[in-house]
Amino acid sequence: MARKVPEIPSASLADIAFMLLIFFLVTTTMDVDSGLERVLPRWVDPEEIDDDTPPIRERNVFIVLVNKNDQLMVEGEPMDVENLREAAKEFMANPYDDEDLPEKELKEVPFFGQVEVTKGVISLQNDVGTTYSKYIAVQNELVGAINDLREELARSQFGKPYNNLTRDQQDAIRTIYPSKISEAEPKKVGGN
Amino acid sequence: MSKFKKSSSKELPPISTASLPDIVFMLLFFFMVSTTMREVTLMVKVTLPQATELSKLEKKSLVSYIYIGTPHQQYQNVFGNEPRIQLNDQFATLRDIPDYITSEREARDEAERPMMITSLKVDEFTKMGIVMDLKQELRKMAALHINYSARKKAER
Repeated sequence: MARKVPEIPSASLADIAFMLLIFFLVTTTMDVDSGLERVLPRWVDPEEIDDDTPPIRERNVFIVLVNKNDQLMVEGEPMDVENLREAAKEFMANPYDDEDLPEKELKEVPFFGQVEVTKGVISLQNDVGTTYSKYIAVQNELVGAINDLREELARSQFGKPYNNLTRDQQDAIRTIYPSKISEAEPKKVGGN
Repeated sequence: MSKFKKSSSKELPPISTASLPDIVFMLLFFFMVSTTMREVTLMVKVTLPQATELSKLEKKSLVSYIYIGTPHQQYQNVFGNEPRIQLNDQFATLRDIPDYITSEREARDEAERPMMITSLKVDEFTKMGIVMDLKQELRKMAALHINYSARKKAER
């Protein structure tokens, strides 16, 4: 004859679950990490740098300097961060084949055929005393300029936002507007 | 008629709480699944800069973090108030970076190593000097894929 086991009270079950719930609520960090993604240039030993590589022509380089007072100099002219994006876009696109803006070379790109691809390179140089937030603001504008150009091209060619394209289509657009932002080797110069 | 009257008596029946644990458990599981525990306790103050052109870090397991910022108040008499590097749970110098990157690589599968990303969480008021030195170290270690961590800025 089996004895009747008294029923386990389940009234406190909710309390226990609530306690766990509150613990997880408190420890949760929901924020997804996001940021500006960049790829650094490969390390080259200073002694092994050979000067045989042909120098890049001046019209093909978009020089952005940030000094220790967080002031910007773009192509020899002082500039505000707000105007940087437009300037960088004009440089990378060079819509009117301006003499001072970068050269283009013909390239075979899938989906597009023969396209003139810019040879422009954006060079970003900063001082040791530049604040990080300014540096990120400048980086953001430069990345944004290239993203804008890609977006425009995606919409005019495929009629869709860049993010909705297939991988091949994105690759094609990336060859036309490469993300060429070079971060110069830190220069050891006095007087800052 | 009398039956009808009885059912609409003045006393409201008490709301059954039998399903309350189920509801709470459901919430609990949701939070358990979506939770990522803070792995390190920050010893430096990091306020991320703002940016608009953000891309998300997709795979958390491939990311290793480097923090730079001024030490919190309780560490300042030992470590000073200049921006310092924090790796895992301790303060570090630039010379510790290669070891850190190597150990982070060792911890991953061979196949995943080329896809590793280093996320730099740097305080917005830090001067670029220390960041530039750090980037040089990362280049020497061939940890080239980096992510400048930033907050989303409201659209202008």
